[in-house]
Amino acid sequence: MVDSSLVLWGQTIAYTFYCLVIILLMAWFGYKITRTGKSNIVKPALFYTFVGFLTVLGVSLHLITYNTIPWTPVDLNRGDYTPDKTFEITVGDHEFTLPSDKLVIDCNELVLFDVTSNDLTYGFGVFRQDNSMVFQMQVVPGHRNDILWEFEKPGLYTIRSTEYSGPRGIFMILKDAVEVLPCEGL
Amino acid sequence: MSFKNTFINGAEGLFKPDSLTQMQKIVLRFVVIGLVFYGFAVIEGMLMRIIEVKPVPFVSTNQFFAILTAHPLVGIFGSTYALVFGAFLFLTPYLMKKPLYSVRLANWALILLASGTFIFWFAGFISHYAPLYTLYWPLPADFTQFSVWGGTFFILGIAILMVGTLLFIINIFKTIVYTPEGWEKQNAAALMGSAIGYTGLKNMFAKKENKKEHLVPLPVAAIARGTVDMVLNTTIILFTGVLILVYMVGNILGYDLKETAIDALLYKNWFWWGLDLIADGLVLIFVAGTWYLLAVMITGKKLFMQNIARAALLLELVVSWTVWSHHLLSDQAQPAILKVVSGELVTAFELITQGLAFFIVLATLWSARPLKMTNPLKFLLGGLLGFALAVPAGIMQADVGLNRILHNTQWIVGPHVHVAILVGLTMTLYAAVYILFPIVTNGAKLYSQKLANIHFWFHLIGGIGMGAFMGMAGLNGMLRRTLYLEGEFKSYMLLAALSGSLLLIAFLVFFYNIVMSVGLKGVIGIFTKSKLETKELLPE
Repeated sequence: MVDSSLVLWGQTIAYTFYCLVIILLMAWFGYKITRTGKSNIVKPALFYTFVGFLTVLGVSLHLITYNTIPWTPVDLNRGDYTPDKTFEITVGDHEFTLPSDKLVIDCNELVLFDVTSNDLTYGFGVFRQDNSMVFQMQVVPGHRNDILWEFEKPGLYTIRSTEYSGPRGIFMILKDAVEVLPCEGL
Repeated sequence: MSFKNTFINGAEGLFKPDSLTQMQKIVLRFVVIGLVFYGFAVIEGMLMRIIEVKPVPFVSTNQFFAILTAHPLVGIFGSTYALVFGAFLFLTPYLMKKPLYSVRLANWALILLASGTFIFWFAGFISHYAPLYTLYWPLPADFTQFSVWGGTFFILGIAILMVGTLLFIINIFKTIVYTPEGWEKQNAAALMGSAIGYTGLKNMFAKKENKKEHLVPLPVAAIARGTVDMVLNTTIILFTGVLILVYMVGNILGYDLKETAIDALLYKNWFWWGLDLIADGLVLIFVAGTWYLLAVMITGKKLFMQNIARAALLLELVVSWTVWSHHLLSDQAQPAILKVVSGELVTAFELITQGLAFFIVLATLWSARPLKMTNPLKFLLGGLLGFALAVPAGIMQADVGLNRILHNTQWIVGPHVHVAILVGLTMTLYAAVYILFPIVTNGAKLYSQKLANIHFWFHLIGGIGMGAFMGMAGLNGMLRRTLYLEGEFKSYMLLAALSGSLLLIAFLVFFYNIVMSVGLKGVIGIFTKSKLETKELLPE
């Protein structure tokens, strides 16, 4: 599976480029409307083209991400997949309870994190050593909260609650609680 | 004039509170209250920015989260609602060319808005009630973490505010449809039909000869349609408040009500449906309507493609009722069909409706070249840029794949929320304030254009800068609604705080400029009874 940091990198480039373009465009527009020009008429055809462009853009964004971000189809069709390993985790009174001290995952394993809350709404996120996020989901009491994931890189990962559950929630961190083993021969 | 004289009497002594009608005074009171609460929000926001860099000893963790809970509510309800109420209570009768339905209702709306906001802010400040504005069940009723009495007063404050909102709603709709004394009877149903878009919808399917004319101007249609969303969200917030109060009163009386009686996911859907009627409903509709009005007032020309603009307002209204699921893309129990249809596809329509409004305003401005770069025009351009930056950021996070790594990060609250509110919405409101200022003050002069320029640039750069650095932190994994005690994202937060300080300076400069324009006597005079016995908006 493509690592989520690669997706974030792509998004950063795309959005930064867009921001620069739109800021420059508005600056140009602000300058031009204070000056006389050849024509002040905006043709309706330009307007309809712009609306058409926005429609294509809005829909194609989701089609592109569905076909390029590997966890999207997996997430929407979780029932069709059989995980290699399942971790049942409970949360209550602002504490995670793991099935073992460390969740060990073999190379290329598709794992299911099944998290149950006994009281409040929490979040369940897995983070890299540099604090960047691998993935997260909400943990709602009274409902099943499960996510399938295949880790791209070996290493130690931290679990952290990603939803506010009162001031005590800021301490809901389990450092290096997930260990992904390297593939044999690497 | 000396500094002291200007401070007391205003710039060139031109502002005369005695010359104001009661409607002008009401508008100015709303503006003053709105700016005071904006001051609350910006100062508390700055405090939180500092704490995100390095915790300070005089603000505890519990206090921090109490501020975080009150901050958006004070900003939206105490400040933005006040400015919007004031502007629309003036503009609706102004554009309909008849007096406001009830001055008394307008005054009560102001009193309830101001007192309700102060009560919930003060309750949170004293008791540290901090379930956050998201109120995910059962957190608001978690009395192991929060004071039940603090929570009771907090919710009561919100309820009072919502009653004030209902009075505003009644006043707006009554003003559109009522017949003033001595006038020929007006067709209320036809006026209402035109205002909410029913006439326009019928026209789309009618033959050319059967098409009916629009009885209300386009900005009033925007106000009416945004107010429809306001009716719905006010009802939801009131109902939710009563539900929480039931648990609080039960606890006070010694009954431990079962929290699991409320389904947390259903509650979350209900809550976001109501809240998105504000965030993705009335805000976007009101903003589009205000842009159209500003474009017409600035250029003196007809709006480009105004029939399409009317239709888009109606489309936006329908979109706002079906868009809420983008907040639940990371909730695994949420049905996938809702995530894709409501969360992704309907949300993408906002790119179209806002983009369309953006284009229409730019085309209208373009048609009137050359224009003078006045304060209303430059702030309008700033507002347009704010939404041009924030809406695509929102569309990106409303994607099942990207939401998995963006939800609840600083990305959401930076490039999307704060850029939309501070740059998009607030700069649009500032444009309205600058354009209405001479009208509602009977020709008072702005104290300093230099200060207005500083206000513009500091606010624009500060708002975009803060959003950008928060966004960078978010892309690197920094969560919102939490504290990092080991300084993990310190450099980003330091830059965001510096940008935030520009916003604070911009506000102080603006506030000073306005006070020096109307003078201390003028500010006091706004709150005294009008000496003109007229229901008219402006002195005859």
